[in-house]
Amino acid sequence: MSEHQEQHEHHEPDNRDVHDTDFHVVSPVTYIIVFSVLLVLTGVTVLASLFDLNAWNPIIALFIACVKATTVVLFFMHVKYSSRLTKLTVGAGLFTFLILIGMTMSDYFTRAWGRW
Amino acid sequence: MSDSTAIAQTPHGTHEHPPYQRHHFESMDQQVDATGFAMWLFLLTEIMFFGGLFTAYLIYRNWYFPAFVAGSHQLNIFWGSLNTLVLISSSFTMAMGVWCAEMRKQGALVLCLVLTFILGIGFLGIKTIEYKEKFEKHHVPGLHFSVKSFVDPASDPDIAQYHDKPLRLDMARHTELYFFLYFAMTGMHALHMIIGIGILGFMIFRARAGAYTTGHITFVENFGLYWHFVDIIWIFLFPLLYLISRHG
Amino acid sequence: MSSTIVSLPDQSTARIPKTNFITKENGLLSWLLTSDHKRIAILYLISITFFFFIGGAMAGLIRLELLTPQSDLMATDTYNKVFTMHGVIMIFLFLVPSVPATLGNFLIPLMLGAKDLALPKVNLLSWYLYVVGGIMVLYTMVSGGVDTGWTFTTPLSTHYLNTNVISTGLAIFVAGFSSIFTGLNFIVTIHKMRAPGMTWFRMPLFVWAHYAASILMVLGTPVLAIAIVLVLLERTVGIGVFDPTKGGDPLLFQHLFWFYSHPAVYIMILPGMGVISEVISTFSRKRVFGYTAVAFSSVAIAVFGFFVWEHHMFIMGVSNYSMLVFSLLTMLVAVPSAIKIFNWTFTLYKGSITFETPMLYAFGFMGLFTIGGLTGVFLASSGTDIHLTETYFIVAHFHFVMVGGMLMAFLSGIHFWWPKITGRMYPEKISQLAALITFIGFNFTFFPQFILGTLGMPRRYAAYPPEFQILNVFSTAGATILGVGYLLPILYLTWSLKYGEIAGNNPWQATGLEWQIQSPPLTENFIEIPIMDHDAYDYEWLERQNQKEKEVTSVG
Repeated sequence: MSEHQEQHEHHEPDNRDVHDTDFHVVSPVTYIIVFSVLLVLTGVTVLASLFDLNAWNPIIALFIACVKATTVVLFFMHVKYSSRLTKLTVGAGLFTFLILIGMTMSDYFTRAWGRW
Repeated sequence: MSDSTAIAQTPHGTHEHPPYQRHHFESMDQQVDATGFAMWLFLLTEIMFFGGLFTAYLIYRNWYFPAFVAGSHQLNIFWGSLNTLVLISSSFTMAMGVWCAEMRKQGALVLCLVLTFILGIGFLGIKTIEYKEKFEKHHVPGLHFSVKSFVDPASDPDIAQYHDKPLRLDMARHTELYFFLYFAMTGMHALHMIIGIGILGFMIFRARAGAYTTGHITFVENFGLYWHFVDIIWIFLFPLLYLISRHG
Repeated sequence: MSSTIVSLPDQSTARIPKTNFITKENGLLSWLLTSDHKRIAILYLISITFFFFIGGAMAGLIRLELLTPQSDLMATDTYNKVFTMHGVIMIFLFLVPSVPATLGNFLIPLMLGAKDLALPKVNLLSWYLYVVGGIMVLYTMVSGGVDTGWTFTTPLSTHYLNTNVISTGLAIFVAGFSSIFTGLNFIVTIHKMRAPGMTWFRMPLFVWAHYAASILMVLGTPVLAIAIVLVLLERTVGIGVFDPTKGGDPLLFQHLFWFYSHPAVYIMILPGMGVISEVISTFSRKRVFGYTAVAFSSVAIAVFGFFVWEHHMFIMGVSNYSMLVFSLLTMLVAVPSAIKIFNWTFTLYKGSITFETPMLYAFGFMGLFTIGGLTGVFLASSGTDIHLTETYFIVAHFHFVMVGGMLMAFLSGIHFWWPKITGRMYPEKISQLAALITFIGFNFTFFPQFILGTLGMPRRYAAYPPEFQILNVFSTAGATILGVGYLLPILYLTWSLKYGEIAGNNPWQATGLEWQIQSPPLTENFIEIPIMDHDAYDYEWLERQNQKEKEVTSVG
């Protein structure tokens, strides 16, 4: 962690130009909007769970969870303003995650079909 | 680290780059890009790590749905929702913290980090209340697990509101799997929280010394990514464990 | 063999450069606390060689036991522990880190024109994690061993065995993180640290192969980690997730385990394929035929690698329908592998081929990997798999790919870059002999096992019916030859550290950026960051470059 100590000693107030060249600073207003959206969606998902909607319960709950997660990723984690590489990285993670679940399920869901 | 100090001592050109730039990077941009990208890749490994647990959850929920319904009735929706709010708020304060660091507002940054720290502790506190109840009711898998609440729901006043029918013993025993997944997923999540809170403590200490308000905010930014990721995991755990199996 | 491309400097005047990454700093601490990728590569090289010989000794014990039909050398449960240790050490402590952590670590920044990997301290951390994992495996060995087989199949590993599953599991967990950090570091470096002009399609194929392998390391290894955590929890607290009596599914463990462990064989083989691309091109003086196809086939292997894991479980009770899907998908992997083999062959066509040691190993790789790959298709088709799986056919197939393929590639690469790493040449004649001995020994050892497998000899047993003895004797005899083939390099490479000829910058007249700098390189690799103005494997560029140098010296 020696670089932290060094930076302390060499503190130069005018080195702003070496950083943030094309960096997008997300304003607090965006954060507050995102925060409110997340709060509202949490309320909605809890409310929806109180009613018996059969198969729709998990669908609604997971849809809302996906929306919330996407909002966090896009704004709190700045992916909306990030490079294509970052977006690709997020996509790759999601893709592999879905392969893990999907391909495993291809076994579990067809086991009951029995033999040919 | 002997070599990095050695490099700091050698006259580094004419100091045309800031002191926090590591020697093997050509420019500050490259360093910021590379470390941020590395953090994202690390988060990918985390996705896959939790992926195994999500897969297990999906399989067993399909196989033993009645047990999952009975099990999720044991979770308190109020504590769960409150914890969700706490965690989302901590994510918000963290995001604000990153903004403060970008804007070089040292006091505000410290405040944001402290708030995040407190909210994180609060989350763990609420989790402890929930865990404690499970311990008392013998709903911890592997530790004298008891199926009493599921074969004889009338004996458990906490779930009177759901009017659960008694489960047959073989299905009731599968609630142990539900509770295992509950503990594994929330426990793994809590472990990530504890690690995060530890780092936050260190960061508060450093931020007060002005370490992150010099324009070099990589550490705060990358920690923010980690913290939001932990938040996202909870955003999925909450509906999966608390909400979607309430109605048999 | 009159033709050779080796061009060494005049031995009477040549010296190893005084300042280089080895002589820069002295003392044990300067090595243990280094963040220089080249020094870490050497730390890795020493540690994986150590574990290779432990794993090799285990293999020797297995072959000795199988010399006779009865289990007479050791008790059957000792035999179980020995083959488990052989598997665990060879897979997690040798094959997975072999090429990436040594040659990849050393060469990727050099090939890209960077001063170091993107995260040097993480790189050092990954070596320490490896060492911790290794020590835990050694602890397991001395404290009674483990007998689950390297696959830790549940419920055997969770319920029926009372050996050191926990310490082995933790060891693999820790070593897994070492591999994650290596892969992560490579991906970041390849994306962010390339020199000006080094576009994606100017990168050496070695780098492409490592990129593909790194993707697998980063995305696959965590799933192994969670599978192991679940096994450990099952053993310690009895959580039931893999326990059929509590409603758990033991097959789920295999799904999670093979989700990593099948891609893991591509983690092992892909870097080897990268080595072969470099060697084949250099010793036939031609650009790799179909560069783009070879580059993308690496990535294709990585992507397909995630879709095929269930072929390890065809007889375990998975659904027939998903078996069909996985069977077809598995055969798809043969396509990019074949693209590579065919393209290397076309590279040889009309090339000026010379037969230095790395090239001999590369030929070994091509032949043996082809056999290993093709027998993989037998195992991919579920019908024949039911007959062949869990027999010696599997053992032979796996060893053809991993030992015949990967180990040959590793040795090829070690010889090829030895002059760059140490500044000295290895002795050519004896090393050619060693390559030949390895090839012959390998075939003697493992080819009989294909026959044994088709005849029905099951794997993982200390005893077997007497009618299989002849082939087993062949195999054991071959293993002794193979052992000699592996001991020789250790001896002459160590010898060459002091007595080898001075190599100079570019003994092979190869085109990679790593060959244009001094050997051994400086700590900071390049005096000034190079600008890449030509494609990879551009031998005409190299000629022009040599021409220019000659003019400068003659004028001077």
